[in-house]
Amino acid sequence: MTAIDWAWFPDHIGDMTTLTLDHLSIAVPAVLSGLVIALPLAVVAHRVRKLRGLILGASNVLFTVPSLAFFVLLLPVTGLTRGTAITGLTIYTLVVLIRNTVEGLDSVPAHAREASLAMGSRPLRTLLTVELPLALPVIMAGVRVATVMTISLVSVASYIGYGGLGQLFTDGFQRSYTTPVIAGVLLTLLLALLADAVLVAVQYLCTPWARHRTKEA
Amino acid sequence: MLQLLSDLVHWLTSSAQWSGPGGITARLLEHIQYSLLATLAGAVLALPLGLFIGHTRRFAFLAINLAGFGRALPTVGLVTLVFLAGGLSMWPVYVALIALAVPVIVTNTYAGMTAVDPDVTDAARGVGMTGFQVLWQIELPLALPLVMTGLRLAMIQVVSTATIAAYVSFGGLGRYIFDGLAQRDLVQVLGGALLVAALAVLLDLAMAGVQRSLFRHRPADAS
Repeated sequence: MTAIDWAWFPDHIGDMTTLTLDHLSIAVPAVLSGLVIALPLAVVAHRVRKLRGLILGASNVLFTVPSLAFFVLLLPVTGLTRGTAITGLTIYTLVVLIRNTVEGLDSVPAHAREASLAMGSRPLRTLLTVELPLALPVIMAGVRVATVMTISLVSVASYIGYGGLGQLFTDGFQRSYTTPVIAGVLLTLLLALLADAVLVAVQYLCTPWARHRTKEA
Repeated sequence: MLQLLSDLVHWLTSSAQWSGPGGITARLLEHIQYSLLATLAGAVLALPLGLFIGHTRRFAFLAINLAGFGRALPTVGLVTLVFLAGGLSMWPVYVALIALAVPVIVTNTYAGMTAVDPDVTDAARGVGMTGFQVLWQIELPLALPLVMTGLRLAMIQVVSTATIAAYVSFGGLGRYIFDGLAQRDLVQVLGGALLVAALAVLLDLAMAGVQRSLFRHRPADAS
């Protein structure tokens, strides 16, 4: 094993920045579109008991398909584009996002929902202003897991040319050169850590009532 | 699309495809071998750790951070790294698969242990059980459903990720995915992916069966 070539790092700051941004430009849309798909499906699974098993089961099965296979299977549909990487990762986020959103909605106390309905709110308004905000901590826990997982999985898409920091792995593998691989692993971990911290901050800002409660207690 | 489907059915059902050293039967067995070995090794490492953390309630931060770290660690990078460090062997694959399995098993075991009602463990200590007896006779049986969930989740991920063995020139069902990718043979990739997914689902069902037989005395708890 060759030791780490420290001189590589200052020479490649530009590359690393480009690849990190590239990495984010795949991971962020994937998680966001995952949320857009997962939220309505989770609401349906929460409301309609009969469809719950189907929706949760289907997302579980999708999770068992190897991520690499997803990208390849999407090639005939979306071509060799960034969209292929994003779509494949979106599908992968669904299992975590749907499960956590359903669990979050299940955990909303019935009296909160009933009080809102009794005050004349329509079901949709109750969902948006009472149920989803109360379910937010559990949903956000899912978003955090999905985000960290997606950031780590982006590298698999390097086989179709859109792997963000994963390009460093293929590069290192082909040239039998360890340094870029280590850089890629470290940057991926760092990116996941930072994204997680950002989401914790977002959750803190979005749930002011949780803060007041701890202050009073 | 229809042509693709009929090609796929043909690929999956032709008897020539199933026999021989590169046939589906051989690849399936390799894949099962990699997956079971990695999950087993992961369980051997992770179960004692999870039980220890859950029993003593110490180092809980370790369990939580390990889970995050495990999720964030890019498997492809890990395989490449161990491959470049140690050369051509199955080690890179096993290291990466075990690294995938351990955090899931530790966190679920830990979660199962913390969910045990403290009144029950207090009562067990009250009647004079030693710490080990409490762990073995009270906490572990009560935590078992979540422990099993952890093992099943780890197994699904390991089965689906064991495709990576083909990346460093070994066998398993990933062979079809990587070879098909190199040969631009979509049918082969599709067939490989379907087989992996089917294997993951079947192994999960088998584990569910094991779990059910373990909990026959209290079916209400079996998930």
